[in-house]
Amino acid sequence: MTSLYELKDITYKNILNIDNLIIPENKVICIVGESGSGKTTLIKHLNNLISCDAGTIYYKGQNIDEINPIKLRREVVMLPQVPVIFPGSIGNNINIGLTFSGNKPVDDSRLQEVLNIVHLQKGLSDDAGKLSGGEKQRVALARVLLMHPDVLLLDEPSSALDEETEHLVIDSVVKYVRDNNKSLIMVTHTKKIAREYGEGIIIMDKGRVIGKEGIVN
Amino acid sequence: MRNIIELTVWQLVPAYIFVVFVIAIVKIRGINREKEILLSSVRMTIQLVLVGYILDYMFKNRNPLYTIIAMTVMEVFAIYNVFSRVKRKISPELKRIIAFSMSFGTIASMLYFILIVIQLRPWYDPQYFIPLGGMIIGNSMTGITLGVERIMDGFDSRKEQIEAALMLGATPGMSAKNVVNNAFDSAILPTINSMVGMGIVFLPGMMTGQILSGTSPLTAIEYQIAIMLGILGSVSLTVILFVMLGYKTFFNDRCQLKDIIS
Repeated sequence: MTSLYELKDITYKNILNIDNLIIPENKVICIVGESGSGKTTLIKHLNNLISCDAGTIYYKGQNIDEINPIKLRREVVMLPQVPVIFPGSIGNNINIGLTFSGNKPVDDSRLQEVLNIVHLQKGLSDDAGKLSGGEKQRVALARVLLMHPDVLLLDEPSSALDEETEHLVIDSVVKYVRDNNKSLIMVTHTKKIAREYGEGIIIMDKGRVIGKEGIVN
Repeated sequence: MRNIIELTVWQLVPAYIFVVFVIAIVKIRGINREKEILLSSVRMTIQLVLVGYILDYMFKNRNPLYTIIAMTVMEVFAIYNVFSRVKRKISPELKRIIAFSMSFGTIASMLYFILIVIQLRPWYDPQYFIPLGGMIIGNSMTGITLGVERIMDGFDSRKEQIEAALMLGATPGMSAKNVVNNAFDSAILPTINSMVGMGIVFLPGMMTGQILSGTSPLTAIEYQIAIMLGILGSVSLTVILFVMLGYKTFFNDRCQLKDIIS
């Protein structure tokens, strides 16, 4: 099994303290833990949005500090827990990820395809600012999927969805990841989702990894 | 040209009745402001008397060094004024950018305005250089102060939006584009608004001064139009330099958002 990430003796303020963690490539990995256990801080490190105080993170065998952060983030795209909506229509909001990563926006038919993956029945020209919390979350998710990154870091992508929609959306996202041979690292608030979809599970508590399932060290 | 009315010191004394009037109002209304009103009136008087004597000396002893010294003092004072007027704590890096943008923007605009537009000969003639330069520096100071406040507010209130853009692979410039544009827009808006109301809502200070000193209103408006355009240019140049260089100080060399807003 090839490792996607390898974390060695990581500390960050008093929030994160991980001795050794290997995250395999092309898998669906779920991170679970109580609120404040360091899940979000961990995936922010994987996106190089923050840097650890001590220790080393390797991405595909290379020290993350030696990789151009912009290049890394275009390959490893993160979705924040609270969806951010930019001014403009739903179509613009989905396309903006491509613009940010230096690519050309795509046409409406392609945008509609990603909207279908996230099960959102809305017009592309509708004002994104007027959507509900769950709808915004799916627009933000569609934005990430459209970018076709190698690695998807999703921070509670379904927290604002009802149980039925949550299953539909996660089902589609996991299918997309497996069909396209991508890697998915997903923070989830329910162990049920992790057990159902995760090929590997990382259990966190107080900034430490206290359990691993399906992940060998 | 009509003769101008020379004011004597004794004629100024009755004008201080307005200060007494304001102090009486705040005292009756129970507003605790008497001390500030009195102090600011005294300070204004002393400062203007001093500057009057200094300018009088400079006009009689024209020397490029005096002009340069006067402009440097004004520039330094303006930069420190920006630092003190912004309520948030400004990082040392951002202070350096403010100082550089203020100096470069105002000096470049002043030189262009005075040498190319006014075609002042000799170039250092303090009678023109100091008041025109002062207006350019003063307005740029107000503009950059607004720019500093808006950019800091923007990085604070739009932190999530900037971070979300970075997560998607945006460069710091792309992620901060809205904040930078808003800061620039807010900083130049007062200058644009003052141009709109000029001549109708109010007569600007320089034009009023020239008319009072006997200059033809037609000459006065030519100067006023020129200085307004000079001010617009200087404010824009100063603020665009500041925002384009300043936003970078909010990111580290790993293109991560620094935690510096307080």
